[in-house]
Amino acid sequence: MFVTPGYAQETAPAEGDAHGDAAHTEVAGGEHGSGVFPPFDPASYPSQLLWLAITFGLFYLFLKKVALPRIGSILEVRRDRIAQDLDQAARMKEEADAAIAAYEQELADARKRATAIAQEASAGAKSEAEAERKQVEAALEKRLQESETRIAAIKTSALKEVDTIAEDTAATIVQELLGGKVDKAAVAAAVRSARE
Amino acid sequence: MANDPIHQFQIAKWIPIEIGGLDFSFTNSSAFMVATAVGAGAFLYLTTSSRGLVPGRLQSISEMSYEFVANMLRDAAGTQGMKFFPLVFSLFMFVLVANLFGMFPYFFTITSHLIVTFALALLVIGTVVVYGFMKHGFGFLKLFVPHGVPGVLVPLVVAIEVISFLSRPISLSVRLFANMLAGHITLKVFAGFVTSLSAFGAIGVAGAILPLVMTVALTGLEFLVAFLQAYVFAVLTCMYLNDAIHPGH
Repeated sequence: MFVTPGYAQETAPAEGDAHGDAAHTEVAGGEHGSGVFPPFDPASYPSQLLWLAITFGLFYLFLKKVALPRIGSILEVRRDRIAQDLDQAARMKEEADAAIAAYEQELADARKRATAIAQEASAGAKSEAEAERKQVEAALEKRLQESETRIAAIKTSALKEVDTIAEDTAATIVQELLGGKVDKAAVAAAVRSARE
Repeated sequence: MANDPIHQFQIAKWIPIEIGGLDFSFTNSSAFMVATAVGAGAFLYLTTSSRGLVPGRLQSISEMSYEFVANMLRDAAGTQGMKFFPLVFSLFMFVLVANLFGMFPYFFTITSHLIVTFALALLVIGTVVVYGFMKHGFGFLKLFVPHGVPGVLVPLVVAIEVISFLSRPISLSVRLFANMLAGHITLKVFAGFVTSLSAFGAIGVAGAILPLVMTVALTGLEFLVAFLQAYVFAVLTCMYLNDAIHPGH
């Protein structure tokens, strides 16, 4: 009921002047100033509601069908990409860890092997030295024995000569002292008994 | 007339259209509704057209507004509320851009008209009511009966809850409308002081400094209000929608 008179009031000057220039709007304002504050002017409601419905409705549809899915997909893609990159980073880190572990394992192996080789080498050297020492010792022993046999031979021969010398000497002494012939066998027996 | 603070809210018919005795003219208000919808839509569409994995500044704005509203809705109404995300986002962007367009001199502020904000508020409440009854049937009426109220008090509490529910569209629309209207009138009045005082020669110009400073400060404040009111409108929409999704409090 209230809408219609307001509308009639509005259209009356508008017919004379289609495009409301400043003067016209002031006239309209003046008219309304008597009664209605523009935001509360019911004459403008149908137009405002219609155009709001059209513009907001299209805006809503556009956002719902086009803009929001697009932004959503951008964010989704980014989230996926970040997750993927993080996964890849984690995988690479695992690989790096594995490589480090393998390297350390290899290092430990190498160290063990080196120790083994060193031990082997030192054992070899020791046994070689031992063998050489034994050989030298054996050679020395042999020469010692040879020397001992020689000494023993010399000693025996020397002792044998001692007998002969003693018999000769005794025979000579007896001959000088007693004169005459000396029984060699008696002298030898005497010497032997004296020596025993 | 130049200093008339009400003049900026005047509706001017640009293309008169009349259907069935009702005036559906294309007015300056309609033009700014179109500008708001096209501006906001084009911004969101064009800034995201490159679909950059690493967003530029403008694309960041679109993405931030998306996530801002999405977090707001998720916090208030849970993941079930996300089906209303296009609605809440449209409302937020529409109101925000309309408010910001209103900050340009000589621009019309569509949210300074009660009928516009009231229509948007009714859209929200209508969605709440329709969805609430669709989803929960009469269980939706549990909304008006909070848990743990002693039996004697139930009628009183229900009456209060019903009144508060009915006042929601009014408070939602009037809050936005009154903020925009009052802000623009205040700005216009202070700016009017500057021009009318400086007409009085040197002393007047000196005296105009204070209202000029006020105008500058108020302009900053109005930008804050423009954003804040769009935010408040969207937050309250989220909370009302939460009532429709979880009526049992």
